[in-house]
Amino acid sequence: MGIGAEVCERLAAAGHQVLVADLDIVAAEATALRLRESGGHAIDRAFAIPLDVGRPESIAQAFDHVDRTFGRCDILVNCAGIAKVFPFLDFPLDNFLETMNVNVTGTLLCAQAAARLMVRRRWGRIVNIASVAGLRAVGSGRTAYGTSKGAVIALTRQMAVELAEHGITANAVAPGPVDTPMTRALHTVQFREAYAKAIPMNRYGSTAEIASAVLYLVSEDASYISGVALPVDGGFLASGARGL
Amino acid sequence: MQLIDQVAIVTGGASLRGIGWATAKRFADGGARVVILDIDAAAAVQTARAIGPQHLGLACDVRDEAVCKVVVQRVLDTFGRIDILVNNAGVSQSHRLMDSTQADYDLVMDASVRGAFNMSRAVVPHMRSRQRGAIVCMGSVAAQRGGGILGGPHYAAAKGAIQTLAKAMARELAPDGIRANAIAPGMVDTDLLVGKIDDAGKRRVADGIPLGRLAVPADIANACLFLVSDQSAYITGAVLDVSGGMHIH
Repeated sequence: MGIGAEVCERLAAAGHQVLVADLDIVAAEATALRLRESGGHAIDRAFAIPLDVGRPESIAQAFDHVDRTFGRCDILVNCAGIAKVFPFLDFPLDNFLETMNVNVTGTLLCAQAAARLMVRRRWGRIVNIASVAGLRAVGSGRTAYGTSKGAVIALTRQMAVELAEHGITANAVAPGPVDTPMTRALHTVQFREAYAKAIPMNRYGSTAEIASAVLYLVSEDASYISGVALPVDGGFLASGARGL
Repeated sequence: MQLIDQVAIVTGGASLRGIGWATAKRFADGGARVVILDIDAAAAVQTARAIGPQHLGLACDVRDEAVCKVVVQRVLDTFGRIDILVNNAGVSQSHRLMDSTQADYDLVMDASVRGAFNMSRAVVPHMRSRQRGAIVCMGSVAAQRGGGILGGPHYAAAKGAIQTLAKAMARELAPDGIRANAIAPGMVDTDLLVGKIDDAGKRRVADGIPLGRLAVPADIANACLFLVSDQSAYITGAVLDVSGGMHIH
């Protein structure tokens, strides 16, 4: 289960109606079904929505559907993202542009669409899943990923400043390495070992630990927190080069 | 009841409208037994009693290493464990650079930084023996902004130092199962403001804050609860801005 699915579960458990939006509508339906079943078969507990955050038309369509069907959006968690590594000197331009498009422009357009609904009720929570890679160059190869996550962190600040007057907070979570399907595909065994050693806690994080930070930020307890990038990284950013 | 059975020490916790007290109260509501330390002995006892009979108030000048050790031992003798330390003791001072004295510098640095240093060193051996613990240090938006509203350069420097102390402790103590984080509050409406800023002044400050209001102690207490609970199990070395967006504007 990835971070997004874990967040969906925790939001549903907290009593929210969850719209599971994904490029892979089959997977989204499976997640929504699982949420409905675990919630005592409450039929309106969770729904799946097809969404390609890389295409503005898809985003517009999805949020139009949300508006017409549910009439509101209170919380948005921008978790969709892609990552591919290549050496800087050979980094393919098309992958760089696509990564920025999905990770940054997708976050922007979804946040705009959601915020337009949040403004009506003068309450909202936007959480953007960034990465420690947005604040530090993690290993090599992350020209697109790291840059995109740095942009997400900066974008989050812009949102926070301009949406505050509408009762909307916007924050980023910066996970360190997390054990997910994406990192299982992306990280080699050697990289995992080296990365875990670079973490003061000496391990990867879990999706549950990332989801906990998201749940805190969308709660009333965090109503005075906006524009932050909260690292959930086992101490990675606070540390320097380990072993020295 | 996230903190059931746990024991939490909160320094600088006696002021009834302060961050320390609000945090102690929140922890108590979460099931913890709290120990309020304050330089004002009577206030510490009274405040602890006000929260409940099972809580403890003790006199402690955190600037004195020996006193910190004695007090921590007293807590261990009473409760048998310490799970949480909130280094909240500190004073603010708005004197500008050239209007400050050596005494001003010593007061602000010792209360905040030396206090956190002393108390952390006093509890870490016990936390290490149990391979668990959570420490929160009270920083300030002043560390990043360079002070300017109610804190002079020495205050900003002290808050910067305490935030970095938290990061260094996070790095060093993670292998022992001890987490350390800092909170950077913006402007909090507490007794520290009395006599230093009037209502009109507070409104002017609030107008410049994205979320349009000063913080209340509960905002900070809630963040402390998050950072000491299992909900933040993978968070260490972080500085959490609880400032209504003041840190970015």
